Amino acid sequence: MKDVSFGQYYPADSFLHRLDPRVKLLFLIAFIVVIFVATNFYGLAVCAAVLIAIILFSRVPVGKVLRSVRGIVFLLLFTAALNVLFHKGDTVYYQKGIICISLEGIIFSVFLALRLVLLVLCSSMLTYTTTPVALTDGVESLLTPLKWIFVPVHALALIMSIALRFIPTLTEETERIKNAQLARGANFESRNLIKKIGAVIPILVPLLLSALRKADELGDAMEARCYTSGVKRTKYKKLTLTWRDLVAVLVCAALIAGVVLTRVFLGAPY
Amino acid sequence: MRIVAEHLSYTYNPKSPFAAAALKDVSLTIEEGEFFGIIGHTGSGKSTFVQHLNGLIRLPSSLKRYKKPKAKKGQPLPPQPVLTVGTFDLADKKTDFRALRKSVGMVFQYPEYQLFAETVRDDVAFGFKNFADGKPTKEETDAAVRAALAAVGLDYDTYAEQSPFDLSGGQKRRVAIAGVIVTRPEVLVLDEPAAGLDPLGKREVMELLHKLHREWCKTVIVVSHDMDEIAENCTRAAVFSEGTVAAALPPRELFRRADELTALGLDVPLTAKLCAGLMRRGIALDCDFTTEDFIRKVLERAPRRADREPGALPPEGGEA
Repeated sequence: MKDVSFGQYYPADSFLHRLDPRVKLLFLIAFIVVIFVATNFYGLAVCAAVLIAIILFSRVPVGKVLRSVRGIVFLLLFTAALNVLFHKGDTVYYQKGIICISLEGIIFSVFLALRLVLLVLCSSMLTYTTTPVALTDGVESLLTPLKWIFVPVHALALIMSIALRFIPTLTEETERIKNAQLARGANFESRNLIKKIGAVIPILVPLLLSALRKADELGDAMEARCYTSGVKRTKYKKLTLTWRDLVAVLVCAALIAGVVLTRVFLGAPY
Repeated sequence: MRIVAEHLSYTYNPKSPFAAAALKDVSLTIEEGEFFGIIGHTGSGKSTFVQHLNGLIRLPSSLKRYKKPKAKKGQPLPPQPVLTVGTFDLADKKTDFRALRKSVGMVFQYPEYQLFAETVRDDVAFGFKNFADGKPTKEETDAAVRAALAAVGLDYDTYAEQSPFDLSGGQKRRVAIAGVIVTRPEVLVLDEPAAGLDPLGKREVMELLHKLHREWCKTVIVVSHDMDEIAENCTRAAVFSEGTVAAALPPRELFRRADELTALGLDVPLTAKLCAGLMRRGIALDCDFTTEDFIRKVLERAPRRADREPGALPPEGGEA
């Protein structure tokens, strides 16, 4: 049931878990940008090296980290297939109509696949090492400048944290309803697509009703506690920067420098 | 159908930081025809246990990928879990789990939240159509729905065409129960069937269960943490505590061990509390902990007490 590996917090006590969520968020953004700045394999190798170090320092089991790639296997294969088949290159192995298989195409598709894997892995490292609450706090804090132009940052952060908070609740609810309908002989394993869609209704209707009911109850509970948006609030856990964050910033700077240098000075493999 | 469980263990999220052992080597036998109670705290494993009974949670050995454990040298193989429901062997891969689910009806907690169809008839018919061999005719379906609704005390002509979402809470729950018994299961398992109902609603549900026990399902298994409910209704009750079965006894013997139950952090029925209070005042009362028997035994003793000490009896229903 709790097999939603993507975006699940893995509790541990590590360097990464203790980092300030804002720093982790900025690091992630920098990492994503850098992945796209890298135009050759040297650049990607630098990214990969940093990522591997991150994974090792996070104390999250490697198998669990790799499992987050499983969700995009189809996307990977699909883009790789498209690139292999249609990317025009010089060293052509096979050509017929618009289909063109070339060495450059194959290398390019490997390159793209690596990029995608790095992207997914680094984003899931953030969610593995950061609780949803810390993540929202970080987002809210980073978005503070938007408050000056009257964007309701706090409300947005609240929406986000409620959404995150209800993912496990609704997963559990789905499981409960699914079990109840299984006990009444529902068949979710049919291969017939139309039957498959029909089989979802006995789950979706009660789930939707339950979600609406929960939203109602939560709204009532918040109102009963006189919740209003936009009031200045103090935090239970104040975000403070420590030496760890400084280290992270330095690593980030080194990463950016490294990738830029490979791009400027190591023009070569593709 | 006789239910035999031996050495049943189950862990949620195995091999992860969230691993939680829900059942630890549970052995329990439930005879055909029992009105069986299962008591325990939240997290004591009672829900996990009952979900085994109709294969919603499978024994490892009934899964496709199961590999037989190998005996380590010098260590005997731990006893393998056994679970049979009537003729169904739930440890076997080849068991027909669909047929099992037809014979073991399961009513979950707050079953009204599983209603989904546009009319009461469609919702009750859902299970019947799913379990039917081949496609049942409209007449067959309607007859089954009519019988099931009648069994839970709802009139077919009044309710069949209504939306289940327009009914009251108690009626919804009856419809949901009808949706389970419509397949005429031999064993009916209910998880907290009276949760969230007022006292009258609770009594009605328990009366309904007795009626179903007499007329529809040979065995009824009720998960509850309401001790009065257990004392009043069950032929036998098992106490689950931290994944193990602490005791499986008829209520009259079970609640004599009120101290042990309290030590497990469980409540005891009001009658047992009163008996203990009377005991402290030197009155030993031997009752089976149903309200009826308790009152009868008290009244038997009352005149004699009244001769000597008028008004010494604690007021009915009060904490002694």
